[in-house]
Amino acid sequence: MTDTVPPLGKDLVGLEKLTAGQILQILDTAEPFKEISERRIKKVPVLRGKTIVNLFFEASTRTRVSFEFAEKRLSADTVNISSSGSSVVKGETLVDTARNLEAMRIDMVVMRHGASGAADFLAERIPSNVVNAGDGWHEHPTQGLLDLLTIRDHMGRLDGLKVCIVGDILHSRVARSNIYGLRTLGAEVAVCGPRTLLPPMVEELGCQVFAHIQEAIEWADVLNVLRLQLERMEGGYVPSLREYNHIWGVTSERLEAAPRDLLILHPGPMNRGVEIDSDVADGPHSVILNQVTNGVAVRMAVLYLLAGGQPEKAEAAKQGAES
Amino acid sequence: MSGKLLLKGGRVIDPSQNLDDTRDVLLVDGQVASLAPSVDAPEDAQTVDCSGLVVTPGLIDVHVHLREPGEEHKETIATGAASAAAGGFTSICAMPNTNPPIDDPAAVGFVVAEGKKAGKARVYPVGCISVARAGERLALVGEMVEAGAVAITDDGSPVMDSGLMRLALEYAQAFGIPVADHPEDVTLSAQGHMNEGVISSRLGLGGKPNASEDIHVVRDLMLAELTGGHIHLQHCSTRLGVEMIRQAKARGVRVTAEASPHHLVLTEQAVEGYRTEAKMNPPLRTQADVDAVRAGVADGTLDTIATDHAPHHYDEKEAAFADAPNGIVGLETALGIVLTRVVSEGVIDLSTMVERMSCQPARAFNLPGGTLAEGSVADVTVFDATERWTVDASEFLSKSRNTPFGGWELTGRPRVTIVDGRIVWSA
Repeated sequence: MTDTVPPLGKDLVGLEKLTAGQILQILDTAEPFKEISERRIKKVPVLRGKTIVNLFFEASTRTRVSFEFAEKRLSADTVNISSSGSSVVKGETLVDTARNLEAMRIDMVVMRHGASGAADFLAERIPSNVVNAGDGWHEHPTQGLLDLLTIRDHMGRLDGLKVCIVGDILHSRVARSNIYGLRTLGAEVAVCGPRTLLPPMVEELGCQVFAHIQEAIEWADVLNVLRLQLERMEGGYVPSLREYNHIWGVTSERLEAAPRDLLILHPGPMNRGVEIDSDVADGPHSVILNQVTNGVAVRMAVLYLLAGGQPEKAEAAKQGAES
Repeated sequence: MSGKLLLKGGRVIDPSQNLDDTRDVLLVDGQVASLAPSVDAPEDAQTVDCSGLVVTPGLIDVHVHLREPGEEHKETIATGAASAAAGGFTSICAMPNTNPPIDDPAAVGFVVAEGKKAGKARVYPVGCISVARAGERLALVGEMVEAGAVAITDDGSPVMDSGLMRLALEYAQAFGIPVADHPEDVTLSAQGHMNEGVISSRLGLGGKPNASEDIHVVRDLMLAELTGGHIHLQHCSTRLGVEMIRQAKARGVRVTAEASPHHLVLTEQAVEGYRTEAKMNPPLRTQADVDAVRAGVADGTLDTIATDHAPHHYDEKEAAFADAPNGIVGLETALGIVLTRVVSEGVIDLSTMVERMSCQPARAFNLPGGTLAEGSVADVTVFDATERWTVDASEFLSKSRNTPFGGWELTGRPRVTIVDGRIVWSA
């Protein structure tokens, strides 16, 4: 299969348009990179001499740091730009910001932006590789990939698994990347949450809909529990966080009623006691910190492949060979 | 305008006189002096050979944004009037959502004066319904009409307050002008950037549901029915909205309504890939809606085709979709789009097209024109219904280039635009 996989192309803007072969290739390439982070000296020269800009127009801790570790462990030179403290706040347009960076001869841009489509927009306009680190409500492909990798690690497969995404699907780029990636790899996907927080016609994206968390738990092998942002209560989507927890919260009592053990994912940051109770988050079926660990490996794989690295040479690359 | 112009041998289509035949048209001193199978050229007349061409009452667009005052980097009254003339339009109605807005007689007078100075298409100001378009209290409607306003609207900002809309529909009756409304319940669409549906969900863009338009259409129809006032519904885009208008007309409600060329030919699919040139408000909707808008234009439920010409600087559209403004330019593509994709596809015939783009706009807004009857104003559009051309936005006379139709191959193009008996544009 590997030899027929079309190359990823210049950019990774989303999982929607990737083939199963392409997604599996990224996951398989991430496997050998996992070990690098376990070494005493966490560095290989794979991307030595490459310049990567982490361009974050929205606040991010986990994703930005994860990308930065991935870049540094592959020996790339990195620069971080966040919107506060950059020329963006002085009114510069996105395309001007990018062109100015281009003029300094960079190789890749990792971008987080508040507007859906911003990654597509940038990718079409600059010759550097663009990696989408989250655009509006659209996609967060590396989060989707690390979720897939984590599920595969623990369940041994993705094909035929039943995965339910719980919470604010409407505003979630994580949800969309999960839906596209999981479905392409043959998983059954459902969503569960108040209808106010589900995208219109979400069924047509190929998702079952569960109104009640109990039904979702009864059905699923895996729950991916999304953060319920305080702003959603302020926006009137749910009457109160307490009520949300009461109706849709993932609690140990509810999980104990499940017919099988469920794998529990959460992309973070968690609101303990809102969408997920602490004893679930810290419990035996939670793989939340495994997700974070896998995030670095998946991002290494994406950077490696976009930089032209050969998937079959990833094992050699991590032993120190330059790509 | 003094002078004589003879349009010789064209196919004259004038639905106001049930005419579709070869005629000569003699224009003298700004009026149609003679319309006959053969008119001898007076000695001092300029003759235009119109054989093989179509001659119609000048096209009228009751919905354009000229951006002046305040956003002259997008368009000015002069460039907008020139763009109109190049598109075959002899009259345009300028929306008041400028900065400052056109909400008092002085501002109306400014638009009138700049329009005259431009000397291209006639420019008719539309005044605001409410002071500063704030939707709170009536603007100086009577004085604006005295200064030249032909209608009122808060276009761009729908009048959400039903009580204010009632007052506007009542008050405007004294002046015989329509109250035009952009039908949108913004409490249902505030976060929307495109049509609400499976594509918006896939792309992660907030949607504007059909209901946000339908509810406002129905409300406006009910208020027109209550008050006896004339409501003019702008850029109708939904199947249920069209049906509601059809039913209201059957009940005798005084309603006129618009369809825009883009809502006649494009669906929400055009947004795929986050194409900001396909971002407009109301948004492009589904094929079922497009079919309904086409049927509405065909049966006259939608009386007028109006472009909603909305220029934006290319920098403003060169942005992520959610950050880009709504609207497209339309004056220089409207005739070609309608001929190629509406008339040629059999939705309406040429005569009905002239009805929707000239006769009925004149009637709805009480404007001179919309007819070539002897004695009427000498506003004439001459077009070649067979010329094939490719839309090249860089050739537009408009200051802006924001069109989803770039590269489209069209059949039918304006050749001569005559305003007040004077050629203001010719190919």
